[in-house]
Amino acid sequence: MASTTLTPEAVEARVGAALIEFGADPGAISPAATWEELDIDSLDLVELAQMIEDDYGVELRESDIEQLETVADAVAAVIERAG
Amino acid sequence: MSRRVAITGVGAVTPLGVGADALIDRWCAGDVGIVDGVAACAGFDPADHLSVKERRRADRFTQLALVAAREAITDAGWDPGLPCAGERVGCIIGTGVGGIGTIEDQHDVLRDRGPGSLSPLAVPLMMANAASGVVAMRHGLKGECYGTVSACAAGAHAIGAGLRLVRHGVVDACLVGGAEAAITPLAGASFVGMGATSASGVSRPFDRRRDGFVLGEGAGALALEPEGPARRRGARILGWLDGYAATADAHHLTAPEPAGDGSARAIAAAIADAGWMPAEIDYVNAHGTSTPLNDRSETIALKRALGDAAAAAPVSSAKSAIGHLLGAAGAVEAVATVLAFERGVIPPTLGYEEPDPELDLDYVPRVPRRLARNGRAPRAISNSFGFGGHNAVICIEGAGR
Repeated sequence: MASTTLTPEAVEARVGAALIEFGADPGAISPAATWEELDIDSLDLVELAQMIEDDYGVELRESDIEQLETVADAVAAVIERAG
Repeated sequence: MSRRVAITGVGAVTPLGVGADALIDRWCAGDVGIVDGVAACAGFDPADHLSVKERRRADRFTQLALVAAREAITDAGWDPGLPCAGERVGCIIGTGVGGIGTIEDQHDVLRDRGPGSLSPLAVPLMMANAASGVVAMRHGLKGECYGTVSACAAGAHAIGAGLRLVRHGVVDACLVGGAEAAITPLAGASFVGMGATSASGVSRPFDRRRDGFVLGEGAGALALEPEGPARRRGARILGWLDGYAATADAHHLTAPEPAGDGSARAIAAAIADAGWMPAEIDYVNAHGTSTPLNDRSETIALKRALGDAAAAAPVSSAKSAIGHLLGAAGAVEAVATVLAFERGVIPPTLGYEEPDPELDLDYVPRVPRRLARNGRAPRAISNSFGFGGHNAVICIEGAGR
């Protein structure tokens, strides 16, 4: 728990790897990319939240996840809550 | 409304390979898809056929269904462009146990890491209706859609349900089939534990030495359309789904009714539904599981339902080549029957060497036969019987040559 490096670049790489695992097009992943653009839906976001909790010890509630719209939003949420 | 129902496409993934041709051609060539007492689809790599997202969002039984369904839909000429509006296309896919691999994996997660770590995909992957829903989603089939669940009769029940939908004008096309992927630690050990599976690891239906079924996996799919529209669009008609009936033994949780009462009633009613006479049955695609009880009661049932005509009807079991695909069996065996007629052959019961004195029908030992030409299109029944006492029988007529 919470052992992974907490730079924005590292978190972005971790989130990106998860999105690719979920089936997102690697070439389409960028900080500004939205979930809709990446074909990431609510089921994927629940899995992303589980990964974030496992790796960073950050618990994102459903209401938190609903606020996230882009890759950058997810990275910022991790940095903010883990900080 | 009552319309004749054409079979315009078929697809299968079986222990003999990916594709319906591999199923019928390798079966007739005498190949057996059983290794170490299990009939897995070893040649099936989901990554060859499905995107990352499709693979992640489908249990193996649904993955198998997706590939078989795509083959049937392509074979029928439904892609690109369904034969009618998607709202008029049904999708009925049976399974015996559904996503049991997912259930077992997620139970490990629950035990080892707690409820908070369970995948949000656990339910949509494990649910027994997933194959029908996911196939419908993939191909835009927006008419009546559900899964049938009746153990080893589920595939045949799905075909029968689709027949009725198309025949009576509820839909104008229907994708039907069955899918199973239950070669898992829990399911495998459970079948062994109840004494259903073969200790020898050999599937030899109707042979004196038969000692249980060999657990298999796979999927089969058929594209159904009404005759008129199929002819008008110039569809290639592979065969006809001319009859269906289903009954219950109401006798025992797993054992068939010994005198074949329920199965004989299903056979007789299916033939009556097709408007056939018993003497017109050119081939019996048997349930033939290789269990001592099924093969005996099925033989008795055939004699009860067909009378004197039973002795003349060739009877063979695909399970001699591919093991028992449970909820996929009825669909895969229907596909094999359609293609056997298309090729003009009666497929064999592989491994049949030592007759059982009590079982005295013509089981087509080991090698296929040419289908005798008798001036009309060939006619077959395909039997499926399931734990729970479910009996489902379909009637297939060849397209004629």
